[in-house]
Amino acid sequence: MALFSNTAVLLGKELRTEFRSRELLTTTVVFILTIVILFSFTFQPSGNESLRFGPGLLWLAILFAASLMLQPGFLREQNNDTLSALRLSVSDPFAIFLAKLVANTVFLLLTEMLLLPIFAVLFNVHILAVFPQLVLVFFLGSVGVAIPGTAFSAISAQARMRELLLPLLLLPLLTPVLIASTESTAGLLDAQPALQGKWLGFLAGFDVVFLTALWLFGEYLLEE
Amino acid sequence: MAKRAILGLVTVGLVVTAAFASFYVVPMERTMGPIQRIFYFHAASAWAGMTAFAICFLGNLLYVWRRQQNWDWLGVSAAEVGLAFTTVVLITGPIWAHPVWGIWWTWDWRLTSTFVMWLLYISYLLLRTLIEEPDRRALLSALFGIFAFLDVPLVYFSIRWWRTQHPQPVVMGGPGAGLEPTMFKVFFFSVLAMHALMVLLLSERYRLEKLSVAVHDLQREAEA
Amino acid sequence: MTPTSFSPTGIRFEKIDKRFGGLYALRRVSLEIAAGECVVLAGRNGSGKTTLLRIAARLSRPSAGTVNFLNGRGERSEAPPAAGFVAHATMVYDELTAEENLLLFARLQGIAAPAACTAKLLREVGLEERRNSLVRTFSRGMRQRVAIARALLNEPAVILLDEPATGLDPQGVSWFAETLRGLRDSGRTLLMSLHGESEVSNLATRAIQLDAGAVVADTRTGANFRSILTFANA
Repeated sequence: MALFSNTAVLLGKELRTEFRSRELLTTTVVFILTIVILFSFTFQPSGNESLRFGPGLLWLAILFAASLMLQPGFLREQNNDTLSALRLSVSDPFAIFLAKLVANTVFLLLTEMLLLPIFAVLFNVHILAVFPQLVLVFFLGSVGVAIPGTAFSAISAQARMRELLLPLLLLPLLTPVLIASTESTAGLLDAQPALQGKWLGFLAGFDVVFLTALWLFGEYLLEE
Repeated sequence: MAKRAILGLVTVGLVVTAAFASFYVVPMERTMGPIQRIFYFHAASAWAGMTAFAICFLGNLLYVWRRQQNWDWLGVSAAEVGLAFTTVVLITGPIWAHPVWGIWWTWDWRLTSTFVMWLLYISYLLLRTLIEEPDRRALLSALFGIFAFLDVPLVYFSIRWWRTQHPQPVVMGGPGAGLEPTMFKVFFFSVLAMHALMVLLLSERYRLEKLSVAVHDLQREAEA
Repeated sequence: MTPTSFSPTGIRFEKIDKRFGGLYALRRVSLEIAAGECVVLAGRNGSGKTTLLRIAARLSRPSAGTVNFLNGRGERSEAPPAAGFVAHATMVYDELTAEENLLLFARLQGIAAPAACTAKLLREVGLEERRNSLVRTFSRGMRQRVAIARALLNEPAVILLDEPATGLDPQGVSWFAETLRGLRDSGRTLLMSLHGESEVSNLATRAIQLDAGAVVADTRTGANFRSILTFANA
């Protein structure tokens, strides 16, 4: 189907562009690391406290980093007006969004997977045994961040004060993702690790709701 | 002119009656004392605010579909009025909580999700100030408004589930749950009064927006 | 340019309005461009030229009115044909090479044999040697060549150009004019907005002047070609 082949082609472009410069990935990793370290000064990282505060802090750091990292998504397309070229070339404008949101999810996941071991060491939590489940949680959470994030980066690219606007639009909306992801992560890092089916189902539901909304309304976000 | 005056008078009448009823008609609540009477305004405002946001959502959908300016006017008016009522909820909550619990804020699930909803619609209004061109502003804020409203039930449920896992003092019992008959009637009447107030404010704000746009258009024509 | 398979296509604008808030960028513009015509759109900045071209390219929707493409017999064509669009912005990615850019757009448009098509176009615009260089390293003239190549990927019957020669040095302008001449002579319909007279404007067989969003002069209805172009300079 044209939508998927277009998406694949565009995704290739997004990934190739980023891996050529790697500027987004490196800055995001360092940013999250900095926040995590700064946060760690605000409480005593004993075993219990780490488990209580750790997951929330990690996800909060991811959310902050994402709201900065998602910024360039559509801003870049204003350079040389490549967005118009894309709009003229694709059969379905949703392909543009789909490619960007898959790329953003991939970038987020990569940063998170790089950070998880560091986080485990800094906060003395055990992640190896539950690593596959953690990946699932981080995947669903990252998709939840990427979908509205990609949509709103299209909005903020067309407004003033866009550096501040994207976090402002995105962070309140992502409250459910923060809660669900934190609870799921905490559940897995607990002394008796357990997969929180309810929260994972909720995250999946969140993802479906906003993906559908983006599918229905995406083309209007790109209108001139 | 006459219609507006009548609506105004009826509304004032309803609100005054509701206030009177909540002070003199309804019996004193056993455990919390006189402060509990604020419940009638607190809960009724919450309902009126939600209805306003639902109207905003409808206005947003209709604008994206039909692209007629009046739907945009409806959207921004409903958002502002909804925000006003939501602010009342956020202020009366602590006023209630303090004499009862000795603390101003309890992160009770209703108040917390109301706070997030408040932030979402503040973002909606802030977004509008950052886009100059009127049609673009109307379209992009309508799209954000749609996403924001879809998020509201997700925010409510996630915070509620989270709070059942980590309970905190609840500011008020369920609306209408366990209310003695007189209380229920007065509560219902308060809801009616708040909705009448909401409609009045909405129609006045709509009128203001319409006039403001007309003034801008005239200004622009005069300058050209 | 070697003649390729496309059917001659005209454009009809019917009562086009474009509003931005309270301002009219275009006001009841009705125009018919015959298949194969080479037309210059002239007018001051803000007269609506870019808006009209972007509406024809289907990047922008009119607030009122319709734009249709016509087949050789002047009837509305069934499938909307692709129109090539060349703007002042190059509409290509600086971070990709010339070849990568063209391949990207060729694949998106579903062109058969994208690699072959890309290679051919790179040859035709004289960028074959620089095909593996990032567009970021190109001069303005070379970037416009990539832009033209991109616009020609799907062998469009209609080419829309929005002040395409801006920023080109005299050699660049000459090359551009030569390229457009070839496109014109192969039967394509060209609609371009320009500032003033140049080698490029001399290719046109018709000139239309826009002012404040309305058509104020048209050589088809007797206006003078040169005066339309030079008025735009004032």
